[in-house]
Amino acid sequence: MARKVTGTKTAISTGAAWIVGFIIFFPILWMALTSFKTELDAFATPPQFLFFHWTTENYGVVQERSDYMLHAINSIITAGGSTLIAMLIAIPAAWAMAFAPTKRTKDILLWMLSTKMMPAVGVMVPIYLIYRDFGLLDTRVGLVIVLCLGNLPIVIWMLFTYFKEIPKDILEAARMDGATIAKELFFVLTPMALPGIASTLLLNVILAWNEAFWTLNLSSSAAAPLTTFIASYSSPEGLFWAKLSAASTLAIAPILILGWFSQKQLVRGLTFGAVK
Amino acid sequence: MGSITLEHVEKAFGATKIIQGASLEIQDGSFVVFVGPSGCGKTTLLRLIAGLEDVTGGRILIDGRDVTSVPPAKRGLSMVFQSYALYPHMSVRGNIAFGLKMAGTPKAEIDRKVESAASILNLTPYLERKPRDLSGGQRQRVAIGRAIVREPKAFLFDEPLSNLDAALRVQMRQEVTRLQRQLATTAIYVTHDQVEAMTMADRIVVLNAGRIEQYGSPLELYEHPANLFVAGFIGSPKMNFIGKDVAGQFGAATIGVRPEHITVARDGEGWEGTVGVAEHLGSDTFVYVDVPQIGTLTARTVGEMGIRVGDRIRLRPDERRIHRFDAEGRTLAA
Repeated sequence: MARKVTGTKTAISTGAAWIVGFIIFFPILWMALTSFKTELDAFATPPQFLFFHWTTENYGVVQERSDYMLHAINSIITAGGSTLIAMLIAIPAAWAMAFAPTKRTKDILLWMLSTKMMPAVGVMVPIYLIYRDFGLLDTRVGLVIVLCLGNLPIVIWMLFTYFKEIPKDILEAARMDGATIAKELFFVLTPMALPGIASTLLLNVILAWNEAFWTLNLSSSAAAPLTTFIASYSSPEGLFWAKLSAASTLAIAPILILGWFSQKQLVRGLTFGAVK
Repeated sequence: MGSITLEHVEKAFGATKIIQGASLEIQDGSFVVFVGPSGCGKTTLLRLIAGLEDVTGGRILIDGRDVTSVPPAKRGLSMVFQSYALYPHMSVRGNIAFGLKMAGTPKAEIDRKVESAASILNLTPYLERKPRDLSGGQRQRVAIGRAIVREPKAFLFDEPLSNLDAALRVQMRQEVTRLQRQLATTAIYVTHDQVEAMTMADRIVVLNAGRIEQYGSPLELYEHPANLFVAGFIGSPKMNFIGKDVAGQFGAATIGVRPEHITVARDGEGWEGTVGVAEHLGSDTFVYVDVPQIGTLTARTVGEMGIRVGDRIRLRPDERRIHRFDAEGRTLAA
């Protein structure tokens, strides 16, 4: 029997959704507001919500002090590059596990996921030393490699679940039609899994864009992405909340805009298979 | 050319043997049907020929060439799947052209071949549509178009009509048969439907539990079944099997007699019994008769006889058409 939805119930759930949405969004909103305050207003008690002296001087200072464009380009290259390479590795890997599984496939999937359970700091020293010896510290290549490897398990898992949904018959039909494995992947599997691939791609770009542990530890200036740029506004000369907020707002703006325009795709991808 | 030979082909998944030493000789241009109950291994055998599964033992030859370890793409066969397995993101044209595109056929030739296949299959108005906009029968035609356009050595059909409704199934059955005769290409067709097997096949392979029980023309199978299994599987309604004393009189462990080879009479000679069920189909009536000491026997009679449930009647088997089987179920020579 269908549940009867009354007007009151709709109002309550709509209200609840707005509250939850606001709680989640509040820190971002607060950060954006703070970036328009003077340093004095930024840590005033009680906090000032909207009625303060609005200023854009923080953005000016941030622009003068550091090269936003350089860091933004680094972020685009490292997040985009690591995602593309991860996809190139993950599509064949997920194909193999979804359509040619062996009795070890499940173990391999779990093992890949288990690497994400290890605290990153546990391998900080060896990776740092390897990077030092190979001259990869503070290089874009170095960051692309570490971000790519770090996110690969998640990318493979996501693609694996999407590929599982594709009927095996269709791939076999392609094989009967004379397609080699590469052509089967390119002409049949990839176009059919496109929504899943797109949402994996987006999610991975966001993860790589926001990744702070490795980028902070393995880069300082030349290859530093926006995370390092934000961090440079925290400690050394004391806390400058307003400028830190301005830097953060600048850093998350591109990914926020990307997320906003692709939210349909993201939601569809994340609920794919769960909701039919 | 498209002759296919199986030599002691075996397939096991883990410890379970799905196909046990199948040997078969399929002549070029013939229409061979694999039939058997579900789980008998008929689809597996087809997939082994296609190359979609690897054999555990034995050899597969196409036109005398050993293809046992050749990938499916290089065997020169085409397959029509039960689910049609059309590429959902491509138009009908794209679906039919895909195999030619993979083979590197020039664009003009692809267009010509696709259009000629489409006109044979009445698909010309739908060439630019996507599979999701087609009916079941049209999808089925696209799947067939995809198979014929490549001019393969043989077609492999895996229960292609089982998703269609009854009327369409009869129509497509005739279309497939006609098309195969016209193209004179070898076809292997898997079905669990013995009517499809009897009507379409030049030769039928009856499979049971991974074993080939018999390989022969439809009438051979009907008239001279090799064993109890084939005798029971081919023919509808099923052959009556009678054991014990009655069979002993014929010097066999079991005898079989088809419902259409039993004469039904109100009185006179024969086994006496009571009608338990009478199915009136109009042209025919099938009666299920309880005969003491023998069991329930099925008999076919003309529709006009007006037999009712509870009637006492006589059943006279046609003695020349009684099949005799030994204790292992093998047919005894006449």
